[in-house]
Amino acid sequence: MTNAFTADASRSLGGPDWLEARRAAAFEKLDGLEWPTSADEVWRYSRIDSFDPERYRPTPYEELGPPGDEKAPGGGPVAAEAGERAGLVVVRDGRVVHHELDEQLESKGVRVCELATCGEAEVADVLGSVADASPDAFTILHDAFLAGGAFIRVPAGVVVERPIVVVHWSDGDGLASFPHTVVVADEGSEVTVLDRFSSPDTDHLVDAVVELLIGDGATAKYLSIQDHGPRTWHVGLQRAHLGRDASLSSSAVALGGDYSRLRSEAFLGGEGANSDQLAVYFGAGDQMLDFRTLQDHAAARTTSNLLFKGAVEDNARSVYSGLVHLRQSAKKAVAHQTNRNLVLTDGAGAESIPNLEIEADEVQCTHASAVGPIDEDQLYYLESRGVAPADAERLIVLGFFDDVFDRLPVPSLVSTLRRSVDEKVGHLDA
Amino acid sequence: MSEAMSELAVSGLYAAVDGHEILRGVGVTVRSGEVHALMGPNGSGKSTLSHVLMGRGDYDVTAGSVTLDGEELLGLPTWQRARVGLFLAMQYPTEVPGVGLEDFLAAATGENENGDEDGDGDLSVRITEEAARLGIPDEFLTRGVNVEFSGGEKKRNETLQLAVLRPKIAVLDEIDSGLDIDALRDISRRVEAMTHEDGLGVLAITHYARLLTELRPDRVHILMAGRIVASGGPELADQLEESGYDGLASELGVEELAVEGPVQRSTDEDPFGDPTAGALPFEV
Repeated sequence: MTNAFTADASRSLGGPDWLEARRAAAFEKLDGLEWPTSADEVWRYSRIDSFDPERYRPTPYEELGPPGDEKAPGGGPVAAEAGERAGLVVVRDGRVVHHELDEQLESKGVRVCELATCGEAEVADVLGSVADASPDAFTILHDAFLAGGAFIRVPAGVVVERPIVVVHWSDGDGLASFPHTVVVADEGSEVTVLDRFSSPDTDHLVDAVVELLIGDGATAKYLSIQDHGPRTWHVGLQRAHLGRDASLSSSAVALGGDYSRLRSEAFLGGEGANSDQLAVYFGAGDQMLDFRTLQDHAAARTTSNLLFKGAVEDNARSVYSGLVHLRQSAKKAVAHQTNRNLVLTDGAGAESIPNLEIEADEVQCTHASAVGPIDEDQLYYLESRGVAPADAERLIVLGFFDDVFDRLPVPSLVSTLRRSVDEKVGHLDA
Repeated sequence: MSEAMSELAVSGLYAAVDGHEILRGVGVTVRSGEVHALMGPNGSGKSTLSHVLMGRGDYDVTAGSVTLDGEELLGLPTWQRARVGLFLAMQYPTEVPGVGLEDFLAAATGENENGDEDGDGDLSVRITEEAARLGIPDEFLTRGVNVEFSGGEKKRNETLQLAVLRPKIAVLDEIDSGLDIDALRDISRRVEAMTHEDGLGVLAITHYARLLTELRPDRVHILMAGRIVASGGPELADQLEESGYDGLASELGVEELAVEGPVQRSTDEDPFGDPTAGALPFEV
């Protein structure tokens, strides 16, 4: 690459030898890699054509600091919003700068740490074991510059009742950072993880990977919230592998950023596994929010249920493209996929493309998609009782998201999220 | 409210939809405490009148005036007509997913405009009291407005809102349609009580005389082809019950009962109401 993403830059990020070797291997794949364009189906409607790697350089070692040298205090108001928690990881530009965990959970063997310092034996085999199944140019770039990240592991049978909170902060004009979160829920365990991605008004590339490895009979809930500043680009993969009778609710809330793309994927590899994928997104100004989803059923009697709801106003754009794949081995699988979009202004637009690929027998599968303005009858009904038009619009938009909000895994955050959406609705009218 | 007399005065009202004239000079005056029944056959313009009074956008008013206590309503947007004291109970109340009744009515009354998240509690108390009075279970108060309500539940909910908002004048558009006899009685009694206790003036639009056995009108008006062709006391409804609309029309020498053109519009299209709407279910 003829830019700042050099082999030297990759090497200089420090950390243990195994991690440096892993980066070097990924860097070799970068060489000669053809960067995607919107002509590629998975990038259709996206802003990839205006992506310019020359605009960014990897956050250098001098700014990251050495792994394990944790100086930052505990997460601030952003972490506090989530309410009571079992543990906390604060990540700055991809480097863990603080972590803590309830002592009782620590004594039960729960691990919450920086993946660069947890120890090779614990991390090296797990890291990439989920994401490597779904690579693209950005995950390869991510691996070539991965300096650290949050590592969470709950041992078999252990129940973590309160959420573990991870706060990712990205800052610096012209910098790229590579946040990584690994969640491993071993057999029969239970855990809830909140991943929050934020940045100030900075021209920054956030290239994030989240891996969720849900063991047999384990129950995991995961919520990512993206509320970046208006110039930040976010390109993320959030992928889960589910074992036998495992259960996962994997949700995403996307509110910020200039261009924000998330691949939300669930691979149901164990018989009887169940996955819910949820999302709320709201685009305003010139934002583009882009979602690609996969419900990949590879075992019998697996069930998945996807509900993505979005709204766009001003000149914002959204893209939803989702695939339900029922492999031959997914007999008696059940899959539902729903995407609904409100387009609040003439200048805004939403794409919605649901897809099915069915190779198995005796399956149940539904999909639904809708793009449209606020229903005139609903507006008229509320207005006929004395609700001013702007308030009626706000009520209807918030009501539209209500069924997703109700199912998000960290209920203490929902009122904050509702308020964030509320503040965005018709903000230019005010 | 009972001391202050209010008056809704409709005069010479003409209105069209897509260039088809539906109302052809309607005039009626409703005062506090009065119950007026407006009866007419299908296509006579009854629902059009209700929506023109409330200011729905699909109608062009070509002549006439509608005043409430002397204030002209025709230039006001719908929500301001409601704020000055007009209420329309709809024939097909719209489902609004995810919008709870209390949030909705707080926005309707402007009670939370100062950013007071919990309100002063007064609204909440009024809603609970009215729900009990109308036999509406609490679970209906927390759901999205009208979502998955039966026809009868929707009409009880309209009446609940009417009672909580305490308008000066209420237009009830076929409040009796889709109701069993118990619901019809509960709703009629509540409305009648409001006419006595709060001085509510009522314009009850209906196709059938059966409503008027429960909600006793002071005046009855017959609407045919966009005009009021007869007005009288309750006996006019009895005469209608006897002769039917055709018979009454020939007694009155009216030739045209209904107006031509597109009168009905669907009000039940709701792309977001049903999470499986538009689904393409199949089994292999």
